[in-house]
Amino acid sequence: MLQIKDLSLVADNVAGGGRKAILDNVNLEIKDGSLVVLTGPNGGGKTTLAKAVMGIATPTSGSIVYNDTDITNMTITERARLGVSYGFQQPPRFKGMRVRDLLELASGKADLSTMDCCMYLNKVGLCAGDYIDREVDTSLSGGEVKRIEIATILARNSSLMIFDEPEAGIDLWSFAKLTDTFKDLHKNSDATIIIISHQERIINLADEIVVLSEGKVERKGSKEDVFPSILAEATRGCKYMKNVEAN
Amino acid sequence: MNKTDLKLLKEIADLERVPQGAYNIRKDGATDSRSSTENIIIESKTDKSGIDITIKDGTVNESLHIPVIITKTGISEMVYNDFHIGDNCDVLIIAGCGIHNSGCETSQHDGVHTFYVGKNSRVRYVEKHYGDGEGTGERIMNPETIAYIGENSFMQMDTTQIKGVDSTKRKTTIIVGKGGEVAVNEKLMTHGKQIAESEMEIVLEAEDATGRVISRSVAKDSSYQVFYPKMTGKASCFGHVECDSIIMDDAKISSIPAICAEHTDARLVHEAAIGKIAGEQLLKLMTLGLSEAEAEERILEGFLN
Repeated sequence: MLQIKDLSLVADNVAGGGRKAILDNVNLEIKDGSLVVLTGPNGGGKTTLAKAVMGIATPTSGSIVYNDTDITNMTITERARLGVSYGFQQPPRFKGMRVRDLLELASGKADLSTMDCCMYLNKVGLCAGDYIDREVDTSLSGGEVKRIEIATILARNSSLMIFDEPEAGIDLWSFAKLTDTFKDLHKNSDATIIIISHQERIINLADEIVVLSEGKVERKGSKEDVFPSILAEATRGCKYMKNVEAN
Repeated sequence: MNKTDLKLLKEIADLERVPQGAYNIRKDGATDSRSSTENIIIESKTDKSGIDITIKDGTVNESLHIPVIITKTGISEMVYNDFHIGDNCDVLIIAGCGIHNSGCETSQHDGVHTFYVGKNSRVRYVEKHYGDGEGTGERIMNPETIAYIGENSFMQMDTTQIKGVDSTKRKTTIIVGKGGEVAVNEKLMTHGKQIAESEMEIVLEAEDATGRVISRSVAKDSSYQVFYPKMTGKASCFGHVECDSIIMDDAKISSIPAICAEHTDARLVHEAAIGKIAGEQLLKLMTLGLSEAEAEERILEGFLN
């Protein structure tokens, strides 16, 4: 189980000066083997929360406990070795490192077979023959790099997988394939899956939806409970314009 | 050959035994062993130190190994090797120099390799430089490569210096003829207080000549690197120079590329970048379970691969 307790992250010197709570006393419990979709408006703190779990962002206060181990002060490497993985929203590119190299590193197998590489790439809608020996550099499009990033998380096969907006930059056809992959992953493995997403097709897969807004858990629950309110929120319009119109 | 010799040969030429095909192994300032073949003939120069290599017209799928090793401290040599490659050839030439210096005197190898490549030929020239040894004596290598690429011929030059050379001053001049092409891949890593200087001039002399230079380097500790790649287009041609460097610790790197057009249809491009390892790259590999040091090593290994 992943337990996030009273987690806050306050940033100094934000635009316009002063301090801002990116995460504001977040409390969450995510059960083993569940698929949780983390959603909410841009800038609501979703990526920061995911990065705090992975150890990339350092919280100001609170704690993160994974399978009864307090990981709050662990390094990224220690958390990775404990079973936490995170697919970047904007993955970095590597000059000279091939797709095969990244998949090998992710799987922890220096002799990862071409067949295995093919399987992981196929799950994200890429043909291994076209990609396996290509460098993960600027010659690949944003969508291609993103799909390779997701393939590395599949190859890592951790007990906790976090995907940060996996749909971003991916075409509709590949996205349909990706949705099936998440569905199969949830059905056929014991992994706990957290997906940051705004897509209804992904939200449909969730056991639980968590809405994060202004650094706080605004609401959480099943799709039936939470989704209507997300739609209502989306059509509510711009607060600023409403104020302008009212005056 | 002793263990030190074999280790050097493994490092510079990936050799574990006497190579197949033609070879000339030079050790401590003299020829150690040599073998010519029907199509690749190696002869000693009579006027100065070095060898003349003649590769007959139509020689295909053959290789030539010409490694140089220095295992004694205090040796300093200057060698001239000339390669006369005929028409319609397809050959692999593996050179390289390894110095093991366990003494306190400087060991130095300076060499000039001159290639005359005929028409419609393909040549891959691989050159690795390596140094080791526990001595305080410096390990110095100053290679010079000159190549004349004939009509419709292609030459690929892969030059690598990864470890153990205290000082190197490299000079490369390549003249490309009509329809010819040269591709230079330079890889360099310096550490400690090492100094490396690379001066390169590619002249695209005739119509449809092509030149490509990809230089990747890593400078660690307080080492210093300077690059002067220059591409000159004298006809309707295409040239591309790309220099990429990773800088670490207290190192210094200067990259000074130049492109010179002497014809309105010369298309020349250069790109140069120097920067440290991107933090996001380290983070990504750490999320895959690597420590920071392991992540750094893998990034550099890939970059220089």
